Amino acid sequence: MTLPRVGFVSAASALVARDLSLALRRSGDSLQPLGFFLVVCTLFPLALDPQLSLLRDIAPAALWVGALLSSLLALDLLFREDAQDGTLEQLALCGLPLQGLLLAKTAVHWLLTGLPLVLIGPLAASALGAPAAAMPGILAALLLGTLALSLIGAVGAGLTMSLKRNGSLLALLVLPLAVPVLIFGARATVLAIAGESLAAPLYLLAAIAVLAATLAPWALAAAVRIGLE
Amino acid sequence: MNELTADDLQLWRGEQHVLRGIALAVAGGECLQVTGANGAGKTTLLRALCGLVPLEHGRICWRGREIVQDMAAYHSELNYLGHDNGLKADLTAAENLRYAAALRCRVQARDIAAALERSGVAEAAGQLARRLSAGQRRRVALARLALTGGSLWLLDEPGSNLDATGQHLLLQLIVEHLRAGGAAVVATHRGLDLPVTQLRSLSLQ
Amino acid sequence: MAWVWFHRFGSPPHFYRLATRLAPWFAWPAALLCLAGLVGGLVLAPPDYQQGDGFRIIYVHAPAAWLSLMVYVVMAASAAVGLIWRMTVAYSVAASCAPIGASFTALALATGMLWGRPMWGTYWEWDPRLTSELLLLFLYLGYMGLRNAIDDVGRADRASALLAIVGVVNVPIIHYSVIWWNSLHQAPSVMKFGRPTMPAAMLVPLLLMLAGFTAYFLALLLTRARGELLRRERNARWIGEALASAPTGPGSAC
Repeated sequence: MTLPRVGFVSAASALVARDLSLALRRSGDSLQPLGFFLVVCTLFPLALDPQLSLLRDIAPAALWVGALLSSLLALDLLFREDAQDGTLEQLALCGLPLQGLLLAKTAVHWLLTGLPLVLIGPLAASALGAPAAAMPGILAALLLGTLALSLIGAVGAGLTMSLKRNGSLLALLVLPLAVPVLIFGARATVLAIAGESLAAPLYLLAAIAVLAATLAPWALAAAVRIGLE
Repeated sequence: MNELTADDLQLWRGEQHVLRGIALAVAGGECLQVTGANGAGKTTLLRALCGLVPLEHGRICWRGREIVQDMAAYHSELNYLGHDNGLKADLTAAENLRYAAALRCRVQARDIAAALERSGVAEAAGQLARRLSAGQRRRVALARLALTGGSLWLLDEPGSNLDATGQHLLLQLIVEHLRAGGAAVVATHRGLDLPVTQLRSLSLQ
Repeated sequence: MAWVWFHRFGSPPHFYRLATRLAPWFAWPAALLCLAGLVGGLVLAPPDYQQGDGFRIIYVHAPAAWLSLMVYVVMAASAAVGLIWRMTVAYSVAASCAPIGASFTALALATGMLWGRPMWGTYWEWDPRLTSELLLLFLYLGYMGLRNAIDDVGRADRASALLAIVGVVNVPIIHYSVIWWNSLHQAPSVMKFGRPTMPAAMLVPLLLMLAGFTAYFLALLLTRARGELLRRERNARWIGEALASAPTGPGSAC
């Protein structure tokens, strides 16, 4: 009995549906990075004088360092389990472009771990002294930044997926590559809080996100294939 | 004309010379049985035939063309069952089958139900894969194999964890596959009970 | 014709012989060039009108920084060659580059800090170039860390090659983002000096040191790559013949 073959879009949708169902079953997993982000943001005022006027100055740093670190934490979820139970292998053997399938996986991963950060981030920022007028700008910056971080981090996750669970190697690989995102994102947040136009860093962030979206799928596919050897 | 050939496959894993000049040929309707002790390289050979592991030397040809020239087409005709079942622990057997099959072909709910029935795990269809026994998980994997078809089957210890009925089911699936003109390469400890005309053997040292 | 040469170059015994013969030809000129550069820079060049004698550390700092970047590019290029043409020689070269590049980066950082001390009053001031060097050091450490973490040599080669390529694409982005960041905050930058142009007496020793460091890098690379090849191919037949006919002399002492 041979059933009709399936096209890429159909297969990718099935993959997305699968990852979403899994995430719903294990909602704890996807929410942990968000919890971590909030904890990190809380640590800063505790380590300083909690006057909002002072916190406002460090809010961009706290927000973006928190976002970077929690993305790192979340990256482990991306490929490790699939590599261990044989599903990643089947993905590589299904005859459809691996670049596209992995991009779909990364997109779902961002939806589950990056998007919550984008939505909660502005609230955390206001707890750290950011004015309400800064919210849209912070949201936009986090949107672009977390997208770029998911893509860049995915390559690192692909390279380390079959190694012993050792967060520090992944951090060492990904954080230097994430520095431009940090610089432009934090700058955008500073400008948003100050009420000035954040067009420049936002455009730069967008450029990085677009570059990552274009190049990361190929690096990802290569990394996963190497990891499956 | 379905035919898989390989000549002079050489592969090193670190220091070990795992594949030393392996050559093989399997045509449609034939099953190549790969035997050998643990660690002899059966799994490595199968993964190399899948194109997952790069070879230091040697060619693998499917239907006369080298697989490296069009991996995507080769993969779309290939069906691989590895040591791992390729099942997600947190999905039910039916969901696993649906998503795994959806990567390759259009499946309807009734196809899934029928496949699970055939594999003898129909009653476990709604259970999470982590609750199933190893044998049941293997049967679900066999159901995936049967459902997604393909002209070339590469099976790595397909009979592991299967009881006698399971082994019989496996044999049935292979026989049907061969009868439909498909080729198969099966790595196994124990021999396959197939007629001599359809069975070839390769022993790895 | 070029392809024949390329593939011969990629064969381990041939590369081994070539490296053995060439290393001394880079090592001696390296020593001479560095000596000349040091004499010219430390003794002969006039003191800078702004920084006095403190600027002389540039004769070690600038070549080290330049090399640290060049070695990364060489590493990424040979890793790419290894990935595309599956050459052990290329992978050996890439693996040998990493510790050398990391050392140059560390040297650039150390000399940068020593330079900064009299200028800024502290050892570290988040100067954009030093910050970029630091990030480059992390990239090297990541490459070496990944290579060490993977047991199988072939997989380690391929994974770290991919990382090196991803890194080399990112290096310009990281560098310019750090410069952009720094330009916003106008932190003191010691590294530019002597504007308008540097007089010849200052420039020539600098170029000599640069050439000397480059020659040193090549000598070191060839020697390390030989060792790396020996390690990887130790069971191959050509090793016995190559070692039996090894020429005696300074180049082969290692």
